[in-house]
Amino acid sequence: MLSPRALILRAPGTNCDHETAFAFERAGAIARRVHVAALAAKPALLEEYQIFCIPGGFSYGDDIASGRILALQLRTFLSDALERFRDRGGLILGICNGFQVLLQTTLLLHEPTTGPLGTLAANRSGRFIDRWVQLVVRPSQCVFLEGLSRLELPVAHAEGRFRTRSPAALAGLEASGQLVLRYGTNAAGVSSNPNGSEADVAGVCDQTGRVLGLMPHPERFLDALQHPALAGTAEARDRNGVGLALFTNAVKAVS
Amino acid sequence: MLWEVDVWLKDRDDDHAARSFASAAESIDPADWSAVRTARGWLIEGELSRDDIARLAEGVLIDPVSQTYAIRSMDDRQESPFPDLTTVVHVLPKPGVTDPAAETARQAFGLLGMSPEAVRSVSTVWLPGIDADRAERLAWRTLASDAIHEVVVGQLQLDSIAGGRSWSFTQESISLEGLDEEALAQLSRDRCLALTPVELQAIRDHFRSLGRDPWEIELETIAQTWSEHCCHKTLTSGVDHTGPDGPVHYDNMLKETVFAATQTIRANLGPADWCVSVFRDNSGVVRFDGDHDICVKVETHNHPSAIEPYGGAATGLGGVIRDVLGTGRAAKPIANLDVFCVGPPDTPAADLPPGVIEPKRLLSGVVAGVRDYGNRMGIPTIAGAVAFEPGYLGNPLVFCGTVGIMPRHSAETEPQAGDLVVVAGGRTGRDGIHGATFSSIELSSDSETESGGSVQIGHAINEKTLCDFVLEAAKQRLFSAITDCGAGGLSSAVGEMAATLGAEVDLDQVPLKYDGLSATEVWISEAQERMVLAVPPDCWEQMAAIAADEQVEATAIGRFTGDGRLALRWDGHTAGELDCHFLHEGRPRSTLVGRWSAPPRESLRVHCSDEASDTPLSQPLLDLLALPDVASKEGIIRQYDHEVQGCSVLKPLTGRGEGPADGTVVRGVLGRNRGVVLGVGLRHRLGRVAPYQMAAGGIVEAIANVVAAGADPAQVALLDNFCWGDTRSEEGLGSLVEACRACQDVAVALSAPFVSGKDSLNNVFAWKDAAGEQRELSIPPTLLATALGQIEDINTVCSPAITAVGNRLYVVGLTRADLIGSQAELLGLTTGGDVPTVDTAMARKTFAAIHTATKAGLLRSCHDVSDGGLLTAVAEMAIAGGIGCRLALADVPTDVDVSTGLTGLPRDLVLATSESPTRFVCEVTGDNAAAFETLFADLPHACCGETCGIDPTVGQETITIFGCDGQRRAVVPLKTAARAWRSLECG
Repeated sequence: MLSPRALILRAPGTNCDHETAFAFERAGAIARRVHVAALAAKPALLEEYQIFCIPGGFSYGDDIASGRILALQLRTFLSDALERFRDRGGLILGICNGFQVLLQTTLLLHEPTTGPLGTLAANRSGRFIDRWVQLVVRPSQCVFLEGLSRLELPVAHAEGRFRTRSPAALAGLEASGQLVLRYGTNAAGVSSNPNGSEADVAGVCDQTGRVLGLMPHPERFLDALQHPALAGTAEARDRNGVGLALFTNAVKAVS
Repeated sequence: MLWEVDVWLKDRDDDHAARSFASAAESIDPADWSAVRTARGWLIEGELSRDDIARLAEGVLIDPVSQTYAIRSMDDRQESPFPDLTTVVHVLPKPGVTDPAAETARQAFGLLGMSPEAVRSVSTVWLPGIDADRAERLAWRTLASDAIHEVVVGQLQLDSIAGGRSWSFTQESISLEGLDEEALAQLSRDRCLALTPVELQAIRDHFRSLGRDPWEIELETIAQTWSEHCCHKTLTSGVDHTGPDGPVHYDNMLKETVFAATQTIRANLGPADWCVSVFRDNSGVVRFDGDHDICVKVETHNHPSAIEPYGGAATGLGGVIRDVLGTGRAAKPIANLDVFCVGPPDTPAADLPPGVIEPKRLLSGVVAGVRDYGNRMGIPTIAGAVAFEPGYLGNPLVFCGTVGIMPRHSAETEPQAGDLVVVAGGRTGRDGIHGATFSSIELSSDSETESGGSVQIGHAINEKTLCDFVLEAAKQRLFSAITDCGAGGLSSAVGEMAATLGAEVDLDQVPLKYDGLSATEVWISEAQERMVLAVPPDCWEQMAAIAADEQVEATAIGRFTGDGRLALRWDGHTAGELDCHFLHEGRPRSTLVGRWSAPPRESLRVHCSDEASDTPLSQPLLDLLALPDVASKEGIIRQYDHEVQGCSVLKPLTGRGEGPADGTVVRGVLGRNRGVVLGVGLRHRLGRVAPYQMAAGGIVEAIANVVAAGADPAQVALLDNFCWGDTRSEEGLGSLVEACRACQDVAVALSAPFVSGKDSLNNVFAWKDAAGEQRELSIPPTLLATALGQIEDINTVCSPAITAVGNRLYVVGLTRADLIGSQAELLGLTTGGDVPTVDTAMARKTFAAIHTATKAGLLRSCHDVSDGGLLTAVAEMAIAGGIGCRLALADVPTDVDVSTGLTGLPRDLVLATSESPTRFVCEVTGDNAAAFETLFADLPHACCGETCGIDPTVGQETITIFGCDGQRRAVVPLKTAARAWRSLECG
């Protein structure tokens, strides 16, 4: 059987494209990186792929707001092609900057009349933060998170505070089971919400369960020894990191 | 038509900029500023209607969930959106200063089919009604920097922001004839050339032989090429030196010390030599694995950072990244490091010399600069240090380093005659004119006004796309050589590449940010994010296509000729013509005089008593952990993305308890197990009293850091960064010679070659005090040593985090009464004593044994002993692991009893806080103890403690220290120790 194919989008300022492609390859996919200008020129390229991923970085510098310009490009040139891609069973994953982009398109939490239901605002601390967080997976139909309940991953962002348009919007998303990934607490009971997100939201999926956006970086935990407490210990030897599971779930789902 | 769009957050709680403004304002102008609000403003000029502007705002500038906006034309009155806030202040970048957000916005507007002529970003603050002077003062102190900003109180009233008229060619010749020494010195100062009268005489003689005066552009080219920054003229001069070992003469000091060490080591290694390209390219290159080499470079950006910390540090990092990108046929940057030396964070405002930025604001500015540039570049910032000393108040040091990886056999490159000269990346503006010569001139309290033009602002995404473009072109082998445009701009970059071949350059072809630059300005501008490539004509088409795909501007501006002349043209006119041989070899060389003698030593005295406490070392332990040099830099570290690229293994904060790593480790290549280990060493506190041991100690500390993490000591490459005060005095130069000698001795003894380096001299700050007296403040002689190590299998990395209860703690290495320059001395616990002195033979054996133990899996954790001695070393290991420990000082291998005759508590304090070099604390299981002891049989070592669970007398984990008499000298709960260690506010 042919390996599933994953298309990794890049734009000026994207900087997690290589390791994200590597993660999909470790999971058994054939991964290819493509520049947004090349994809905009030939949207039909998507037809050759089953997985589409927008990786982390600072697309176009994030100088105006994170993900703004890349989202504008997707809306302008690729809206129809991406909706078709999703509707024929394709999977879409946005990590960090990719999540920020997805929220500004019609693919994730979009309400045709009011526009996006949520956004990712500046961290409560007002600063960029790189740290490992505890995550809890809520039961859902999200294919990327199947079989996972708790995990640890690193975050690295300045704008990751999830907030919704209104309390009703939040309640609606909760009811529809789309707030799939939440910041949890550590062994001492301290919350690991790094940015002040509403309802500790770290990742959300669309109503189909085939589109996921998340702030943490699963591609940075493919090997156990990447965990800050495990590097240099015997138990890390030759063990996978739990981040790999998101990619293998995606590959399995489209195989 | 000129429009202003103001964008602000709907919810006041979201307005971080307002909160940070309010807290900064409160310390300057005590009042309640909590009501202030901020907006991001955009000035947009072009044939656009109000509806067009609304489309741009809604399509590009605002987030509909959290933000709202207002539009005004310059004819409209500006209404405050906040009824109680009636004073408005705007901070704008000065014309010509890089404005990345505006450039991005302009591109994005294009996607909506609109092309404004000009866009500018503005920061706006709304304040309660106050008078304009007060508002302006606040803005300058909190938001704006003289070097790059303008402040406007009240509504903006501008006619146009589109700027610049094109320059029409003129030629200025500068006569050096008939000028005496004083007049030549004056000319050099007036034109910011940093050339000495002797050098100007050599230039005069050269042009006299040509029968004409030099033109301005030629004089500038020579000044850039001959600057301290570009050719290290002090370090490479001849020196007659008299030091503790007697008189010595060097024809070329750097060549006969640091370079010579590398040559000796390479000769000793013979066929096993693993150096590839040293001291010739933009970074030093060494062998990595079967198909890759790695390279490394560390640069300083001290002067620009002193004036504009954010821009200075960002462009410092941007510059060193381009050094790596411009090595061989291009290397991919895989890790960054940063080291800052600043004044003590608690320096009272009254003690600051005029014109100096307070250390806290400076540090947060440089950290933000590295953060915003490094994170955007997608290069993990994995290593670093911050040192605090009053000598750095006027001249802070900002070191930025980058490690790169490249395919083997691509390190050696040369441009070929006939190749095109191609400039790629950002456009050229007036940024950074005179950076190379400015960095060679002393700072003064007027520097901010005199030299603002030399401050650059970075545009990281331009560099990121440039990097993507260069690496793709390298993969397709489309260029024969590459270098970065750094100090001296095109004049240095093209000048160096054409050093033997010669080149002709059409300066009018260089793409400009705005019109109006003269040929000289284009030639010496230090605008950021540019590289120069030598491209064979038949590769140019393919290369231009890649540039277009990557959205990078690449322009052919001339060609390498082969006639040995540098010909500069503007629109067909000859703008300048220089003989390459004179430019690169014509600098008159001088012989300087250096002298160094060690200051007299005081005998050791200990100021510590056991009257106040049953455990008299408890408080010193907490005080040491809270000292700025020792305390956690988490506030800085977590602002850097240290995990991007997915290769990070041993992180700067490690273990369950997030303690400090010694060396940090990344994989060289995704999916492979060979790792790169990075460490730094800095013993600046010894600089004024013992420059030789300052340098030697820094080097062994850097190596100890990487060896503790698992690197093989037989393959550690070193970098030197010399930062000195006045080297024009005999003593100043003498201390520099001593440091160079230490580099040579230690490198050869440890077989650790220097592969690249850099210097920054004359870091002296001059001002007139209130009484009108001329004052000077010099930095301590400072050598930053960087060690680039390698680890065969990242599964064997070793962290300082204690892993389990019930293991033994061994101390390796000899503890002496080495308290000069120590943290204990800084705390006032000791005075006098010995200078920490490196025993290179012992160091070599110790490093080898540690590495053998690591590879054999005998070490559960391992930590290098440095600032604060054994006391802080074991505390840091306990904090990192979240596990307690006990240490018995009676068992520590030492000669202190004999050398000092001290007993009791004073002896315990000396053992606990001595900073003798090349010592380690190792966690070893009982099962491995015998094997460990056999391995270290020839070296001072002893089991001095163990790792422990909850201490029943305290009810929690503790760090417990026993004195030589067996009494408990310190009992500190682990949580209390961790709190002290995390008490420094930084970043």
